[in-house]
Amino acid sequence: MEMGATTVDATPRELHGGGIIAAIKASGVEYILSVPDIVTSAGLLRPIADDKEFRLIRVCKEDECIGIASGLSYCDKRALILIQHTGLLDSLNAIRGVAVEYKQPICMMVGLLAHDPETAPRASPRYGVRIVEPILDDMGIAHHLINVDADVAKIQPAIERAYRESHPVAFLIGRSPKAS
Amino acid sequence: MMKRDECFRILARHITDEAVVATYSSAVDWVEISPRPLNYLSIGAMGLDSSHGLGLALGRPDRRVVVLQGDGSLLMNLGSLVTIAAVAPKNLVHLVAHNETYEANGGHPIPNRKVDFAGLARAAGYAACYDFFDLGSFTQQIAHVLEQDGPVFATLHIEPSKSLQYDYPSLYDPAKRVAFKAALQAGK
Repeated sequence: MEMGATTVDATPRELHGGGIIAAIKASGVEYILSVPDIVTSAGLLRPIADDKEFRLIRVCKEDECIGIASGLSYCDKRALILIQHTGLLDSLNAIRGVAVEYKQPICMMVGLLAHDPETAPRASPRYGVRIVEPILDDMGIAHHLINVDADVAKIQPAIERAYRESHPVAFLIGRSPKAS
Repeated sequence: MMKRDECFRILARHITDEAVVATYSSAVDWVEISPRPLNYLSIGAMGLDSSHGLGLALGRPDRRVVVLQGDGSLLMNLGSLVTIAAVAPKNLVHLVAHNETYEANGGHPIPNRKVDFAGLARAAGYAACYDFFDLGSFTQQIAHVLEQDGPVFATLHIEPSKSLQYDYPSLYDPAKRVAFKAALQAGK
């Protein structure tokens, strides 16, 4: 768990969607559940939509994803929820009930809308971004900042752990991944 | 108008190896009538029943999934009608008990008692939609509702029921979740 670890210090300061997608595939994820997020739109959602190895389920509202992912997990099917941090905030009750209290392996990839990637999210001047990590900490949800390509290595082990130990995990996308 | 427990007794005669998703008042009635490991009761947040059902239907296309949702719950997740219709799982049957109240939360009326849920589902794109107002027609058609290609939607127009005892610790017992998964896997 990366609670409280928010330093932004890796170089080079680039993030490529192709690496993230490869890590998602390596984690055995078959289903992507998503409401579009402008941070991850070009670098993740569009290539995922074109990728026949994924089953993309477009939902109307982010908390639907929590229920769908839970249902899939009972069937031993892995899902990744791809949303914006506003959708995460909107879904907190569902995450509280399903992911935390019922200890379900709910894996979330969350774009930090309008975030300056050179700033730690916790120090963001944007209130909505600044509160994300403290909320996840208070809920006891493991989270990882994915800000540069070197961070991508965190994804597969964290998803594997979430399903092995049946707990939620959140990946916070700090900069728009380049389509690659 | 029907009574929910009377509807569910008729429904129970047709349920064999389906996964049944039920919550709140529907869950209280259903587990009394049909206690079985393949009942999925831990929804976690009001309104998510239909979304859990979609996940199960996707994950196990070989098995039928029946969602027993309340009208107040569906109102909290109306978008799920559109999502379900778009995904179009053939094995999903979505039954909504329409008693025009938030029964589990004090019996207060829903915002519009006359909302046409089957009409909404039809407009969203469900494969088939029904309204049942009396036990006779429900009894006559429920087998067909359960068997046809989905997603299928039906509104059960019911009376508010007698006062129910909501034993949430029992409904949400973690052991029930373990038993559900084991029962689901045993049927693979």
